[in-house]
Amino acid sequence: MRKNVLELHDAALAFGERTLWSGLDLSVASGEFITVLGPNGSGKTTLLRVALGTQPLDSGRVRVLGHPPRRGSRALGYVPQQRIVDPATPVRARDLVRMGIDGHHWGPGRHSLRERVDELLDAVGATPYADMPVGLLSGGEQQRVRIAQALAAEPEILLCDEPLLSLDLRRQDEVTALIDATRRSTGTAVLFVTHEINPVLPYTDRVLYLGPAGHAVGTPDDVLTSEHLTRLYGSPIDVISAQGRMIIVGDDVHAHHAEEHHA
Amino acid sequence: MIASLVGTGLVSAGLASAGDPWWGQLFSFDNYGELLVLVRGSIVTGALLALVGGLIGVFVIQRDMAFAVHGVSEMSFAGAAAALLIGIDVVAGSMAGSIIAAVLIGLLGQRARERNSIIGVLMPFGLGLGVLFLALYPGRAANKFGLLTGQIVAVDETRVMTMSVLAAVVIGGLVLVWRPLTFASVDPEVASARGVPVRALSMVFLVLLGLAVAMAVQIVGALLVLSLLITPAAAATRLTASPVWVPVLSVTFAMVAAVGGILLALGASVPISPYITTISFIIYLVARRVGTVRLRRGWVSRESSVPS
Repeated sequence: MRKNVLELHDAALAFGERTLWSGLDLSVASGEFITVLGPNGSGKTTLLRVALGTQPLDSGRVRVLGHPPRRGSRALGYVPQQRIVDPATPVRARDLVRMGIDGHHWGPGRHSLRERVDELLDAVGATPYADMPVGLLSGGEQQRVRIAQALAAEPEILLCDEPLLSLDLRRQDEVTALIDATRRSTGTAVLFVTHEINPVLPYTDRVLYLGPAGHAVGTPDDVLTSEHLTRLYGSPIDVISAQGRMIIVGDDVHAHHAEEHHA
Repeated sequence: MIASLVGTGLVSAGLASAGDPWWGQLFSFDNYGELLVLVRGSIVTGALLALVGGLIGVFVIQRDMAFAVHGVSEMSFAGAAAALLIGIDVVAGSMAGSIIAAVLIGLLGQRARERNSIIGVLMPFGLGLGVLFLALYPGRAANKFGLLTGQIVAVDETRVMTMSVLAAVVIGGLVLVWRPLTFASVDPEVASARGVPVRALSMVFLVLLGLAVAMAVQIVGALLVLSLLITPAAAATRLTASPVWVPVLSVTFAMVAAVGGILLALGASVPISPYITTISFIIYLVARRVGTVRLRRGWVSRESSVPS
């Protein structure tokens, strides 16, 4: 029997007058791959912050491994939205991974954690560039290193915020396959926030779709239908399936499936 | 007596006569042994400053805060000038100035863009105050000039003690926060999620930076603080990204520049700071050249050398 690692009951969040989502019920089982979709500003990243304990709910209840979320919890691994790292930043790939192990401790590090760091780098295929400064790595390489860093604490839930942003299609597939392989080998649950449905579609167990007029949880086939999304957006949406890819078309979604423009 | 001699910043003004050619004023090693004894205190202070500057520079580079260093040092100058005017200890004055600046920058400038404009606003204000205090100060002109462009200040036993305590506080503080500060500087979002108090650390760092700047103002002057707090670390990061070698090289470079500069300046009749800044700059140029060659050859030999 798989246990629930993350639970939200009747959760609601608003910024001032604007309600991001309300009445949200979600139970994530260990090993489950949940894809979080929705237009910009629908509160996808904020949902991750709620789990991380850096953003309180306005109402409702959230539990991480049965407890209220707590900042610094080792139960969570976090791969944040990619940001540009200055090439001159004196931090190598292996240093970034090591920070995931002991970066929050006071004082200078005493023990050598080389073996553990090598293991983590190897698991994501980042060994060839372990000693490169992070700022000199390509986007895909940086994401691999960030995933290794997030796995350092052996988390029960991996929170990924747009890990595919600014990657080309091949790298998108690589990174997604890596995250999927990781959850299969470690049993960690994955909450995967993304704009790009297609790379994650083969691995997704369930979709959480946060729309302007409501949200939906279910299998991709259940949620990603013209009828369903039309209701979530409150305006006509067409979901087109072609050659194993899914294209979502509508007035409000053009910003949201930008990948289709350069795909 | 020694203190007042050294205090002018022109140790050998009497030794190098006005008739000497200009290079005689720049480099002169007459009576070197005797001079060396006189400035022992300055050399110790210079070495302490190099240790502090080399270490804190690593974080200044990581956090991209070169401009903040400059801003803090102008406020430090204002504090020192005020201290000179009202007749209290100059180090205490420059410490007060730089800590006030550090706290203001920390409180008002959380984000990088905000921070730069806050610094840009504070800096001329500090400089202006300093100029006012100096204009009102009736004392020696050499003291005034020295605060901006550096001098071998009156390094007596008490001053060496003050600087040692300051250095111990800054180095101790940096060692304590080393790992979480690195984490917060390089990867603030993940650090915050892992429970690192990112904002509090930012404030702690600024205060430590303020203390380091107050030390540096005494040796190289407010305008040239960057030469010991940034240039050595910038040179080090050109050569390596190792978390061990960056601080080691940075401190070594700062040490060569500070102590080497003082030793070269001993017999000369110009201030000490040009020697320090020039050595520092040459080290940077060499490091940059070496680093560029290294980058072109590829940072490490990748096993599968596929260009990305």
